Amino acid sequence: MNGITLELFVMQMFTGLALGTVFVLMAVGLSLIFGLLTVVNFAHGAFYMVGAYVGVFLMGVTGNFWVSLVLVPIVVGTLGLVIERFLVRPLYGRGIDYPLLLTFGLALVLVELVRIIFGLEGQSFDVPEVLSGAVNIGVGYFPLYRLFLIGVTSFIVFALWLFIEKTSYGLIIRAGARDPEIVRILGVDISKVWLIVFAIGTGVAGLAGVLAAPMRSVIPDMGSTVLVEAFVVTVVGGMGSLVGAVVAGMLVGVVVAMTSLFWPSLADLSMFVLMAVVLLVRPQGLFGQKGLMG
Amino acid sequence: MTIKNENMSSAGLSRRKIIKGAAAGAGVLAASPFLLNIAGAADDTIKIGFPVPLTGPYGSEAKEQALCAQMAVDEFNAAGGLNGRMAELLVRDDKLKSGEAAKRTQELIEKDKVHFVAGSLSASVQLAVNTICADREIPYVSISQSDAINEAKNFTKYTFHEAMNPHMTAGAVGRYVFPKEGKRVAFLIADYAYGHEMARGFKEAGKAAGIEIVAEVSHPLATKDYSTFLPRIQAAKPDVLCLCNFGYDQMNSLKQATSFGMKDQMRMVAPALLYNQRRAGGAAAYSNVIGGTNFYWGLEDSIPSAKKFVDAYRKLNAGAPPSDYGAYGYAGVGGLLAAVKAAGSTDADAVIAAMESTPYDLYKGEQHYRKCDHQSVQSVYIIESKAEADMANEYDVFKIVAEDKASEDVLRSCSALGLG
Repeated sequence: MNGITLELFVMQMFTGLALGTVFVLMAVGLSLIFGLLTVVNFAHGAFYMVGAYVGVFLMGVTGNFWVSLVLVPIVVGTLGLVIERFLVRPLYGRGIDYPLLLTFGLALVLVELVRIIFGLEGQSFDVPEVLSGAVNIGVGYFPLYRLFLIGVTSFIVFALWLFIEKTSYGLIIRAGARDPEIVRILGVDISKVWLIVFAIGTGVAGLAGVLAAPMRSVIPDMGSTVLVEAFVVTVVGGMGSLVGAVVAGMLVGVVVAMTSLFWPSLADLSMFVLMAVVLLVRPQGLFGQKGLMG
Repeated sequence: MTIKNENMSSAGLSRRKIIKGAAAGAGVLAASPFLLNIAGAADDTIKIGFPVPLTGPYGSEAKEQALCAQMAVDEFNAAGGLNGRMAELLVRDDKLKSGEAAKRTQELIEKDKVHFVAGSLSASVQLAVNTICADREIPYVSISQSDAINEAKNFTKYTFHEAMNPHMTAGAVGRYVFPKEGKRVAFLIADYAYGHEMARGFKEAGKAAGIEIVAEVSHPLATKDYSTFLPRIQAAKPDVLCLCNFGYDQMNSLKQATSFGMKDQMRMVAPALLYNQRRAGGAAAYSNVIGGTNFYWGLEDSIPSAKKFVDAYRKLNAGAPPSDYGAYGYAGVGGLLAAVKAAGSTDADAVIAAMESTPYDLYKGEQHYRKCDHQSVQSVYIIESKAEADMANEYDVFKIVAEDKASEDVLRSCSALGLG
């Protein structure tokens, strides 16, 4: 394998960072719910898939990508709201495996439902006209749509950070994650907080789904790999750390990109090797030490 | 490995030994379970087992295969069957897994007493089905692509391959594309047997055209994001990019390569362009991509048997035309039943002899099974995917640009396959 120029190397690096933002986008919903609720949401991939399908449906109805982009997280977040209220809430305080099993089963149900409603065949979802095509970034051509994704992801991560770190509501959320008992004694209805966090987490998962739809095929099974990738990012970054998820997502993107350049057939494996190494050296993950959502 | 284990654990091996030792004494043979099997199956109905992945990621394709196979059975029955003996199709779900397919096939043969097996939608799963059928001396018609099934290590006299193989498909596309589009060729290869078989087919065809391979990138099977594989290919500045992957891998890599602007820089080709995949993937991703196919419904304009098949299918499906893999299901089972009729019996040897000796034309022009490897010799059609603006209706997705005529010369030679 020769012919690797500096230009290609730089391009590959950039591609890796861009892929990293896709990983961040996919992981942040999972990381949020785990960090603040200590619920391991195995239905994360299913919410992502539902987001893509709701997007396909809304595109069919409205014909407008931007409208779908705004409505999808609301619809999927509302679904999350209902699920938290009636299915997840009764399981708080019963140990981590109860919600895990519940969401695992829920994922199967959601995938099956989509199969029944939309069929097995993939749905087509094109890149919106204004975002299609590639632009020259100096070292090569790069899809405009992926640049757009970098923007969207940055915006979402920044907004979440502001919300959690800089608002009084965020203060309650963080306090609730550390010690729900005390927060409750102080007269705050903690269950409402958890409800909203769960809805935001699932809404972001749904948004990731509709954003991925123009790049990846929209099929009922599309969430299964995303769940795995999101877990890798969450574990590498440190369970429940927003900063960790961002750094880990980028790191995983670059590692996958570099492996793809030199040993392309091992690209899939590389992220798991990274995870294993991180777990051996730093079992709590890169940013896992400072408690939750540090 | 699973497949092998299953053979070992079942009575397969010992039975095979018994049969091999048949010359030693008829008494031994009479006691073998295989004979009982035949005796049990000798009731009236002609049964055809049909394992396909109804619930896998290619479930809709598999359902189409089953639907078209049922059409062939219904036509056979409507024409009076075999002197009044009716045929029956027993569809089973193999879940796109070799182990599952082996189990289902074994059940079909031993419990349901099928006379024949057709089906599968995977290069590797068909080898598992083939092994089970060969062990039990049941003729098997494979209806999905594979090179390995033609080779001496897998082929038995019970093996028939109705589908095209990667060697002929990629070869046909290469022969058409390389002289026209240029000599600098890049490969994106799904890292499994079928992917490498397709690449080999292109390279064989490329030798004659004098191509230069400027990049060759293997990606893991079922990769979702191709962005990290594409810059390297772009940097190599090829004239042609051969996508040696299939199904959703093909769709995703095409979509993403299109977004990298690669269609403006090079011609993208795929050995097998699938009708249903193209419809699910959308016109934008596929437009101007050149590929091969066994069948496109547009053949109805030029080929009478295609017209007959398309019309019959449309009548049953609210005007929608059949797909390429559906057509395989129709031809695989239809060809088998035609041979049963020609042989006048369901006896395996008689039917095999009939299949070997009788050319057939069920949906795409004349085909015949090559004697040495039972590969169906057939035309490969070269198609180009249309842009949205050129489509007359939602089914009008391809343009047929050339026909690579049916010929044994484009197959790997019998000696190259290890078949003498």
